[in-house]
Amino acid sequence: MVKINGAKQDADGCTVAKWLAEAGYDSRAVAVEYNDVILPKEDYGSTVLRNGDVVEIVCFMGGGCGCRKDG
Amino acid sequence: MNEETKENHFFVDSEKLSEKALAKKHQLETDPSCRRDPMEYFPEMEQISSDVRDKVVAQMGSYDYTRYTAADVRRALNHETCGVEDFKALLSPAAEPFLEEMAQRARRETGRHFGNTVYLFTPLYIANYCENYCVYCGFNCYNDIQRLQLNAEQIEHEMKVIADSGMEEILILTGESKTKSSVEYIGDACRMARKYFKNVGLEIYPVNTEEYRYLHECGADYVTVFQETYDLQKYETLHLMGHKRVWPYRFEAQERALMGGMRGVGFSALLGLSDFRRDALATALHIWYLQRKYPQAEFSLSCPRLRPIINNEKINPLDVGEKQLCQILCAYRIFLPYAGITVSSRESAAFRNGIARICATKISAGVSTGIGDHEEKYTGREEEETGDAQFEICDTRSFRKMYEDMSSEGLQPVLNDYLYV
Amino acid sequence: MAMNEEDTWSLGGHRFHSRFILGSGKYSLQLIEAAVKDAGAEIVTLAVRRANTKKKENILDYIPSGTTLLPNTSGARSAEEAVRIARLARELGCGDFIKIEIMRDSKYLLPDNQETIRATEQLAKEGFVVLPYMYPDLNVARDLVQAGAAAVMPLAAPIGSNKGLATKEFIQILIDEIDLPIIVDAGIGKPSEACAAMEMGAAAIMANTALATAGNLPMMAAAFRDAIRAGRNAYLAGLGRVLTRGASASDPLTGFLRD
Repeated sequence: MVKINGAKQDADGCTVAKWLAEAGYDSRAVAVEYNDVILPKEDYGSTVLRNGDVVEIVCFMGGGCGCRKDG
Repeated sequence: MNEETKENHFFVDSEKLSEKALAKKHQLETDPSCRRDPMEYFPEMEQISSDVRDKVVAQMGSYDYTRYTAADVRRALNHETCGVEDFKALLSPAAEPFLEEMAQRARRETGRHFGNTVYLFTPLYIANYCENYCVYCGFNCYNDIQRLQLNAEQIEHEMKVIADSGMEEILILTGESKTKSSVEYIGDACRMARKYFKNVGLEIYPVNTEEYRYLHECGADYVTVFQETYDLQKYETLHLMGHKRVWPYRFEAQERALMGGMRGVGFSALLGLSDFRRDALATALHIWYLQRKYPQAEFSLSCPRLRPIINNEKINPLDVGEKQLCQILCAYRIFLPYAGITVSSRESAAFRNGIARICATKISAGVSTGIGDHEEKYTGREEEETGDAQFEICDTRSFRKMYEDMSSEGLQPVLNDYLYV
Repeated sequence: MAMNEEDTWSLGGHRFHSRFILGSGKYSLQLIEAAVKDAGAEIVTLAVRRANTKKKENILDYIPSGTTLLPNTSGARSAEEAVRIARLARELGCGDFIKIEIMRDSKYLLPDNQETIRATEQLAKEGFVVLPYMYPDLNVARDLVQAGAAAVMPLAAPIGSNKGLATKEFIQILIDEIDLPIIVDAGIGKPSEACAAMEMGAAAIMANTALATAGNLPMMAAAFRDAIRAGRNAYLAGLGRVLTRGASASDPLTGFLRD
């Protein structure tokens, strides 16, 4: 199992690029942190998710000063 | 103003100089090409990287004080905090009619930062040997004066005499000769001074950071260096020979002193040497920029005007009258409310009394700019041998008299409020 | 109101005319474009959050092109978290600007100055244009300058409080003593308060909640725009005489002068 944005997903063996596309993300509009390290966009296709990996996918949201965590 | 007072005539030839020495002196005076480049450091001089000098020079270069009007001055006086532009207006001729109002404002600022106090101190000259040829100074190497350097025993004797009068703060001065008055010699004087005084300041030739650190360890905590004039072109024509000729090394002395751990630094232009408004601007900005860089430091200003010296009675401060001096001091106070302002014994007792009520925070008393003559001064007993003075003083009041006079002006004389750490 | 074309300011090598930095939180994406236009803003702040696949909208599509994006690190509770968020923000590909916000207090949302200094130092080293949000303290502001900040963003009042210039005296000290642009951030509730901060010499104003909670957001954006310009013009023009009541007459101080 792979932990993606806090939720366990059955994504073992899948590349980051493939998983993003299947889950409906626009890969141009997100940044990916893979096991605590930022993953360069050109590596999305070659990075294969393994059991125990932790992935964070982030994007921009509206925010001013001190907005709560939920935006 | 008549022709005679427009320029000072500084050059005086002593009969005691050899033909060779006279020839060199005359060449220095008349042939600029034989003089060193004033921007070129001597090899042993430390060069620090700092942008303060460039900033001050740029501001001074662009300062056109004729541009300011009464409206600018009025606006400046109405601002709660005085910015650089406001200060420029306050230094301008347009501010002259506002002198009383500036004095009232200056007194309020002084009161806010220093209360009703005035600090008393005394300078102690321990040597008058000098390797520089600064044409306006009584200590200059070509001037025929009695030279003297006090030995350890004599220094201690002078310090005892001064300390017995009740003084707690001392300023140790030398002529600028590193060979005659070495850093170690001055350091030893500082160590001795710590025994007799709570607060020790130095006014000596500029040194490197590590030497300032050494002197700080010996007990000195304040360093004063007068830039004399911030106008490089003019400076070059007045400081013809010696280490003092190196203008940027002198400019950076206070910053090196702070880097070496000194608590406070003092500044001054010698008013009357060059355009006094631009020199006053540069002096204050020198502090202003350093304060932003070293906010923990203490800063003080002096405001000497040119005075007659031995062998040249005619030297005078030209266009810097008492009113102009008062204007500069009020402007300094309004722009730098936190800075100490020292008023020299070159000024009259009446001027010093008056200015202490407005903005001065520190006044010297029991002053002698000669060497080894405090005993004579304090007791009336003549010493066997004394060295000649740097300049003529005007206010000759003793420490006790000054203490009484300041009290009767409604001020609280303070001898010390200092902690050495 | 006329805008002085000559009067610009810069951050990280970018030159700006507008002195209004607009927050994009707490209101709908559909209003952002109008808000930016009516505010005349050239800089808009954004937050970095976990992407949600269900929300197909990308906020960047709503922000007029040419606008400089200023991501913030809101949500960070330590310097390390702020650095992490900043790096992710840069990876999102909208430049090197970052506004540091570090709060260890979720009730008042007051910034943690010490952590902010640490994060500023690290991010400046990594080449970010760092704009730290801070509680107005002169010593901290000096440390931020040393750490490599591009501007300092003191709060005027607690975030979202709309209480105005509660820290006025301390912000004035920063304006007087710090050589970087001082951007007044947080707590500004009314255009008049933004105007007052600009009269004091602030370089710019950042506001969000005051607009988001207004009855008519675009109209309030325009009101802030005009107030900020008015304050800036007043600052440049040089404030005139303020008559004080009961001026004290006293003995002349300069009677002793001789010449």
